[in-house]
Amino acid sequence: MEMEKYFRVDKLPHIWCPGCGHGSVMMSIVKGIDKMGWDPEKVTVVSGIGCSSRAPGYMNFNTLHTVHGRPIAFATGIKLANPELHVIVITGDGDGAAIGGNHLIHACRRNIGINVVLFNNQIYGMTSGQYSPMTPEGSMATTSPYGNIEPPFDLCELTRSAGANFVARGTVYHLPKLDSYIEKAFGKEGFSYVEAISQCPTYYGRRNKMKTPLEMLEWQKKNSIDIKKARDLDSEQLKGKIITGIFAERDDEEYTARYDQLIKSVQGGKE
Amino acid sequence: MTERVKLMQGNEACVEGALDAGVLFYAGYPITPSSEIAEEFAAKLPKVGGKFIQMEDEIASMGAVVGASLAGKKAVTATSGPGFSLKQEIIGFANMIEAPCVIMNVQRAGPSTGLPTSPAQGDVMQARWGTHGDHPALVLCPNSVTDAYLLSFQAVNWAERFRTPVILLLDETIGHLRERVILPRKDEMVITNRKQPHGAPGSFQPYDITDEDLIPPLPPYGGGYRFHTTGLYHDETGFPSNRPEVTSRLLNRLHEKIDKYKETLFLYETYGLRQANQLIISYGASARSAKAAWRIAREKGLLVGLLILKTIWPFPEEIVAQAGHDKNNIVVAEMNRGQLIGEVERVMDKRIPIRGAQRADGVLITPEQILAKLEGVN
Amino acid sequence: MPKKGKVEIKESWCKGCEICATFCPKKILGLRNDGKMEVKDPENCIACNQCVLRCPDYAIKVEVIENND
Ligand SMILES: Cc1ncc(C[n+]2csc(CCOP(=O)(O)OP(=O)(O)O)c2C)c(N)n1
Ligand code: SF4
Ligand code: SF4
Ligand code: SF4
Ligand SMILES: [Mg+2]
Repeated sequence: MEMEKYFRVDKLPHIWCPGCGHGSVMMSIVKGIDKMGWDPEKVTVVSGIGCSSRAPGYMNFNTLHTVHGRPIAFATGIKLANPELHVIVITGDGDGAAIGGNHLIHACRRNIGINVVLFNNQIYGMTSGQYSPMTPEGSMATTSPYGNIEPPFDLCELTRSAGANFVARGTVYHLPKLDSYIEKAFGKEGFSYVEAISQCPTYYGRRNKMKTPLEMLEWQKKNSIDIKKARDLDSEQLKGKIITGIFAERDDEEYTARYDQLIKSVQGGKE
Repeated sequence: MTERVKLMQGNEACVEGALDAGVLFYAGYPITPSSEIAEEFAAKLPKVGGKFIQMEDEIASMGAVVGASLAGKKAVTATSGPGFSLKQEIIGFANMIEAPCVIMNVQRAGPSTGLPTSPAQGDVMQARWGTHGDHPALVLCPNSVTDAYLLSFQAVNWAERFRTPVILLLDETIGHLRERVILPRKDEMVITNRKQPHGAPGSFQPYDITDEDLIPPLPPYGGGYRFHTTGLYHDETGFPSNRPEVTSRLLNRLHEKIDKYKETLFLYETYGLRQANQLIISYGASARSAKAAWRIAREKGLLVGLLILKTIWPFPEEIVAQAGHDKNNIVVAEMNRGQLIGEVERVMDKRIPIRGAQRADGVLITPEQILAKLEGVN
Repeated sequence: MPKKGKVEIKESWCKGCEICATFCPKKILGLRNDGKMEVKDPENCIACNQCVLRCPDYAIKVEVIENND
């Protein structure tokens, strides 16, 4: 793959810490775009605020770095205003699950043609390590100095129930699989949600007995369990596990296509 | 084509004005007393090939509007107090990235849920300073249904021309008022579109000010000019920078691109200013009562002038100073506990007494209240 | 004929995280004293591309060269 075609190479190296998983996920997205053969002029990448949300700055498309938690709202306006555009949202576990959670479920419900990739490092990286709604129970964070007592969200279950056409979870450790989920997601009309378990060695790893990025990747490997296998296990056995795989795959009609039909029928009715 | 004579509601007139200006996108969340704006857009936009979407809240609506604007559509949202509060962060974002958009706020009495169906002008300062940071603001206040149409049209034009959010600040009275209006012929309405780049896409810099007008061109997504946009301070290329010379240059330009055109932005009406030793200043629904008060005062033989502001931000300092400098009593009529009066005090000679005719109980201010603040009325 | 690779590391992009070295099946990559990754044993690269796939900073390129012995 040609770096120059898809990256603003003059902006690299990126700002992420050594061993941060976000670089791997960004590449996975670019590979997906390449596989789809989309014209870069027709691709729009929208993000919120966070380390993850810095990705669009490096990507050579129409890129929009918005405000914390709202990228899906901006993306909804873009997609509806011009359905020809391929609209990708890059968000974080704080950006997408906390402050932006409501926008996520409503975009699923509308099934609007937006491809969301959530970089789940299970922590607020940008603001130096506070717990997020996706931080595992018991984890240490600057705002859970005695261990996190909140259970984490399973956004794959949530987005599946809310109506997304495609839902999957992969990890940076299982990178080729993540690539394939992202590619499948991009191939769908309608809303897709791919969660990429990423590593934040700086603020999650160090506080949780994983000093190096490698230990974090090892943790991803050890704790991942395929969704098909997970079906045979009870919730106690699944505690603390990362369930990976495809959670939903359907072909319900996309929102802007429904809107275009509405326009046609309204205009047709006029004459 | 002839003039268009219609019976219309204020909120409906806002929609007509926006549509005539070329608006093709609306996103909003219902709230009294602004909901008729959403309902009208929902019915009319698909007919002209435009898009309407009811979002999950006002923050999402504001985000969708800015997104649609960047995708190349003229875009509008409407709300009232509680929703206006929610929109503030993204209004600031629109300021920073210079996204054209119009926010209609049909004011109701606050704070909080307040009085949903009652008129108020309590958001005057919020319209100026509601979002954080030292940003410019362009705010228009209609005082009739015809005005609602004209100022809505103007708001869209100015949003596009200056690449800025423009706030149309109505109040419940004007929003729900039904009046016979005489609108100009459609072919008399001059539409402004945002400036497009002319150079080759390869060398395009989204915030490069090559033209003297201080306003960068804005190509739509998908139009062949790929660029980056961020709410962080950014340089000409659109990428973040925290170098003081870059940050000051950007903030100064955001202000100067409005300041430079100030004279053309000030819309107002005056009545009997020259033969007057007292002055009433008002705006929005209050201006209707102010006009009635002015008429009564004149009938009583008092030498009273009236200045009705339509552009309230930027504050028309010179116009107010000019109208008031030779008066010995100035009455500022507004439906709040005194917001724009502070601006009047700021620009007037300290020796001239300035009195507020104010009301903030959800009831339209009366001409009598305003008259009571004039000298020589008994 | 087994594949052979020529590894190129873009030093200015490398952050020394050692992910590539860990995933290299031939264990021919190692950190230099200055914290940059280096190919310790270029002859033994099999062009499997693991390092390219794994580097979060896109700092590695591997060119497939023929085994010309
Ligand atoms: C309205 C608002 N609230 C809070 C913040 C501060 N803030 C910036 S990024 C962030 C969390 C980011 O976490 P996440 O989305 O998980 O991204 P990461 O940095 O971990 O990739 C917060 C709380 C903000 N910028 N805006
Ligand atoms: S703080 Fe964490 S998420 Fe942010 S760049 Fe560093 S490692 Fe990555
Ligand atoms: S993976 Fe990349 S950044 Fe990390 S040490 Fe290897 S070359 Fe350097
Ligand atoms: S291509 Fe394979 S063998 Fe060669 S350096 Fe990379 S990981 Fe090692
Ligand atoms: Mg995070």
